[in-house]
Amino acid sequence: MKILVCITHVPDTTTKIKFTADGTKLDSTGVQFVIGPYDDYALSRAVELKEQFGATVTVLNVGTAETEPSIRKALALGCDDAIRIDAEPTDAFFVAEQIAHICKQNNYDLILMGRESIDFNGGQVHGIVGELLGIPSFSPVMKLDIEGNIAKMAREIEGGKEYLEAPLPLVLGCQEPIAEWKIPNMRGIMSAKSKPLRVIPPTNPQELTKSLSFELPPPKGACKMIPADEAEKLIELLRTEAKVL
Amino acid sequence: MSVLIFVETTEGKPKPSSLEAVGYGAKVAEMLGTQAVALVLGEAQELEKLGNYGASKVLHVADSRLNTGVIQAYSSAIAQAVEKENASVLVLAKSSLGDAVAARVAGRLKAGLASNVVDLPNLSNGFVVKRSIYTGKAFANTAINSERKILAIKKNVYPVTPTSNIATVETFIPTLNDNDFVAKVTNTEKSTGTISLPEANIVVSGGRGLKGPENWGMIEELARVLGAATGCSKPVSDLHWRPHHEHVGQTGVKVSPNLYIAIGISGAIQHLAGVNSSKCIVVINSDPEAPFFQAADYGIVGDAFKVVPKLIEAAKKL
Ligand SMILES: Cc1cc2nc3c(=O)[nH]c(=O)nc-3n(C[C@H](O)[C@H](O)[C@H](O)COP(=O)(O)OP(=O)(O)OC[C@H]3O[C@@H](n4cnc5c(N)ncnc54)[C@H](O)[C@@H]3O)c2cc1C
Repeated sequence: MKILVCITHVPDTTTKIKFTADGTKLDSTGVQFVIGPYDDYALSRAVELKEQFGATVTVLNVGTAETEPSIRKALALGCDDAIRIDAEPTDAFFVAEQIAHICKQNNYDLILMGRESIDFNGGQVHGIVGELLGIPSFSPVMKLDIEGNIAKMAREIEGGKEYLEAPLPLVLGCQEPIAEWKIPNMRGIMSAKSKPLRVIPPTNPQELTKSLSFELPPPKGACKMIPADEAEKLIELLRTEAKVL
Repeated sequence: MSVLIFVETTEGKPKPSSLEAVGYGAKVAEMLGTQAVALVLGEAQELEKLGNYGASKVLHVADSRLNTGVIQAYSSAIAQAVEKENASVLVLAKSSLGDAVAARVAGRLKAGLASNVVDLPNLSNGFVVKRSIYTGKAFANTAINSERKILAIKKNVYPVTPTSNIATVETFIPTLNDNDFVAKVTNTEKSTGTISLPEANIVVSGGRGLKGPENWGMIEELARVLGAATGCSKPVSDLHWRPHHEHVGQTGVKVSPNLYIAIGISGAIQHLAGVNSSKCIVVINSDPEAPFFQAADYGIVGDAFKVVPKLIEAAKKL
């Protein structure tokens, strides 16, 4: 079995987001970048499948050289080799085209990634890749087992779960609790340094969308406090003042 | 030319978020000087009423294989409808199905897709949409440069007032092949009789401060009297006190209701990320220093076990 895991390199979830003065770029001073939390679930499941079936796992990132610490971390977690497409991942279609291009040369059985990146939250890349390759795609997948050539999955839907079966190859957007997040061990970190990382230029760098500027939400007004022993007054305020009841 | 709106249904009825999408799509159609066409997949009733929300025509694919969301078949049918109606814009409501389908349609039609759209497009210089990014912490103004455009809109960004207009309903038969149905849905587990969290106008959410699953009775009761959905923080679903689909936040469901009531939730940045676009936030917490108060509109410092019963009594009198 051959597995491809696609990861993003994004600001940690605790980041206070700010932009450069002209509002055209993220101000990344002091920002800690990490593997996207959903991508971490995909990676962990891929490594578990490798242990179970002896699969080979390739990790892929579309990004500039700054993303290499995240790629090395994925190798330390147990991926066998890595590919970095050397380009800014600015548009979902562009990223998906890069991934699909690599997939066409490699015949992966499973292409795993997070359900969405936590910077642009598009949740689009897996679906576009599936369409470009003409194979099924599912998201958000919270359970994945492989039996022969069939993937058995659970997908989260509003208010519940849907259980699905489909033949490989597949593209899946993953979320918890598909696997437990893993922490690399010392041996993994040492061996990651010598695992192969190929850097490839992008194909067809066309963008269908372009973000022109960024802004922050307006600051929140002060919180109106209601004494606990007059809690019932809250309901009245929600009805007459906030007009939400 | 036209604007096509994909309408999701549950049990043959349009979802409320899809009705908002129809209203939004009709407004975009008006801005572009064209008409709004709604698309409904699977068996459904009273579709002419989508005219109340601004659709002038409804395309209906009355194929029972599409009664539940089949991602590939849906994508294929929607892409064919876009081509048939020569739609320049496809609008849909964000949901677990909507997202999965929008991406495939984008791939097929080479259409630029903007997700989490929070406002009408700005047409003064190209086609620019405002969308929520960094899980609600910021916005991007994004130009869509492709000929065909797809907008997945966030809930509660474009309220519509229905009219008495009626749409014409036309049957549409797309070409679907076996390949569109390779995935088999073997089972569905769905909580029934409760209000769907992403669709809800009011959400009552509980955190670890509630101490254990046995204490959720008052949360459910408050939700019931307010007509609200119930939500929870991540540790609560991790501990299996509540099902995973109720988990709100960065790694869970993102909600944007009119009213979000957080009870015994500290307000960690990852939780706030999933609720910060709610119109009004109420926080009930015994700790006056809980960070959630900084993101709240109304706050009560107090013991949830004393405060919530009072709220239930007051709400019953509404
Ligand atoms: C990558 C990542 C992603 C994450 N994603 C999410 C996410 O999507 N959603 C999410 O919720 N969390 C998420 N978290 C976890 C988050 O950081 C917090 O740990 C979590 O939100 C805390 O949940 P809580 O507020 O219920 O619990 P706690 O932080 O334990 O807070 C409990 C609160 O209850 C109050 N309390 C106690 N007793 C009472 C009482 N009797 N009456 C009233 N109040 C009382 C306390 O004062 C306290 O403020 C994520 C973390 C990471 C690292």
